[in-house]
Amino acid sequence: MKYDIVVVGGGPAGLAAAIEAKKNGVDNILVIERDRELGGILQQCIHNGFGLHVFKEELTGPEYAEKFITELKNMGIEYKLDTMVLEIGEERVIHAINTVDGFMRIKAGAIILSMGCRERTRGAISIPGSRPAGVFTAGTAQRFVNMEGYMVGKRVVILGSGDIGLIMARRMTLEGAKVLAVAELMPFSGGLTRNIVQCLEDYHIPLYLSHTLMEIKGKDRVEGVVIAEVDKNRKPIPGTEKHYDCDTLLLSVGLIPENEISKNAGIALDPVTSGPIVNESMETSIEGVFACGNVVHVHDLVDFVTAESKRAGKNAAKYIKKEIKADAKTAKTKPGEGIRYIVPHMVRPENVDGTLDLFMRVDNVYKDMNMVVKIDGKEIKRMKKKHLAPGEMESVKIKKEDLGFKEDAVITVQLEKEGA
Amino acid sequence: MEKHQLVCIVCPMGCHLEVTKENDEYNVTGNKCPRGKAYGMKELTNPTRVVTTTVKIKGGLLNRLSVKTKEAIPKEKMFECMKFIDSIEVKAPVSVGDIIVKDLLGTGVDLVAARSM
Repeated sequence: MKYDIVVVGGGPAGLAAAIEAKKNGVDNILVIERDRELGGILQQCIHNGFGLHVFKEELTGPEYAEKFITELKNMGIEYKLDTMVLEIGEERVIHAINTVDGFMRIKAGAIILSMGCRERTRGAISIPGSRPAGVFTAGTAQRFVNMEGYMVGKRVVILGSGDIGLIMARRMTLEGAKVLAVAELMPFSGGLTRNIVQCLEDYHIPLYLSHTLMEIKGKDRVEGVVIAEVDKNRKPIPGTEKHYDCDTLLLSVGLIPENEISKNAGIALDPVTSGPIVNESMETSIEGVFACGNVVHVHDLVDFVTAESKRAGKNAAKYIKKEIKADAKTAKTKPGEGIRYIVPHMVRPENVDGTLDLFMRVDNVYKDMNMVVKIDGKEIKRMKKKHLAPGEMESVKIKKEDLGFKEDAVITVQLEKEGA
Repeated sequence: MEKHQLVCIVCPMGCHLEVTKENDEYNVTGNKCPRGKAYGMKELTNPTRVVTTTVKIKGGLLNRLSVKTKEAIPKEKMFECMKFIDSIEVKAPVSVGDIIVKDLLGTGVDLVAARSM
């Protein structure tokens, strides 16, 4: 089998990338999805709030997905469901398997990686003790409740205040469960402020910041949990333990880009994002292999995933048409004071279309700061920021004409105190 | 004069609003767009929410069909509506936007399918 572009993953990132590649003149495209339908995790995110940027209306996850699935089908883009990509080998040959075609070797002109991310589990945060039933990641519980039709528990404690955990606090409450508490290790929430308001405060669910889980009780089924306050070194403070009788513990303790295939293919990864190192075209360290969406870095909003994936799709099409300048002069981006990471990691101005969009996360909660962009120490942009938090992704647009620099330049973004 | 601190939930920006009430007149500050102003006033007079949930479906790919109230309904009616929605079962095929329940419990708002199946 041979295709111009093969997209690995049929979630929002893969769908947007495939559609955009087709719109940019590449016809021979295949999307490979391991689940039984397209749409990815959006299909289980039945809450609304998606699409405010892209469609200017508030959609639920399945509605947002369906718009893209319909467009993909109307465009006649090929896709394979229930199909697992095993490996990406030399010269962009993809090994995949399903029950209809068996084992396949698919030669791709360009590959777009859009495998998304997965949740950190109990193992990832080393919760000690026995392993009773009733411990779920928030996303697993979401799939059970919203798609498969199983209720996962009646009395629930949630560890971690990521957006999925907050959304599930509301969802479980609406379905008749009692959510006793949400405990967050950090002194700030990992989720969007609006979700704290509409998912916790609306239902009087207490949020305990600087708290962690001490113990899970129960042998066959969760019978209770103990949470305690932590000091500034995140060590539990004796005497602050709170006991809860519950049958279920949901974990919302972070997401990690899913890059097993990328790693095995030899693609360079960024240790901070756990995603591939990419350039302005969303191309990875292997030529002709692009990446987009949560496989690159975890986004807060699917709208941003869509925008980034369109860029990947467009550039993969340009690559097929040999319109990307591979040997153009290159700058590196470098996170400065207060910034954890920047995507993309490399920039070749000649390939930039209009503006360069840099995406980043800050390393703490800040108020009244300036976000400053510099190229080789020379300031090119300064923006006032009233409120910055690690849970809310920041972006900077830089005009192409401001990207004049010598070979091997460094673009930094840093935070400076207002008035400093 | 009454003062209320709210966080706007209309979009992910999460603007911090201050709503003041003086002689039955509401004044909203801190909003970055007109929707924030409308939200701030409504939240204090008649708070509403869009309810998104699922109903049973027979003959579909999945066991549950995702549904939503087409418009926001009064907040205090949410649990009553959830209880009613619990009793509903539909048959596939269903298209996105199909009306599942007309005028949900007299709210004047329809319950519609949020996906095709």
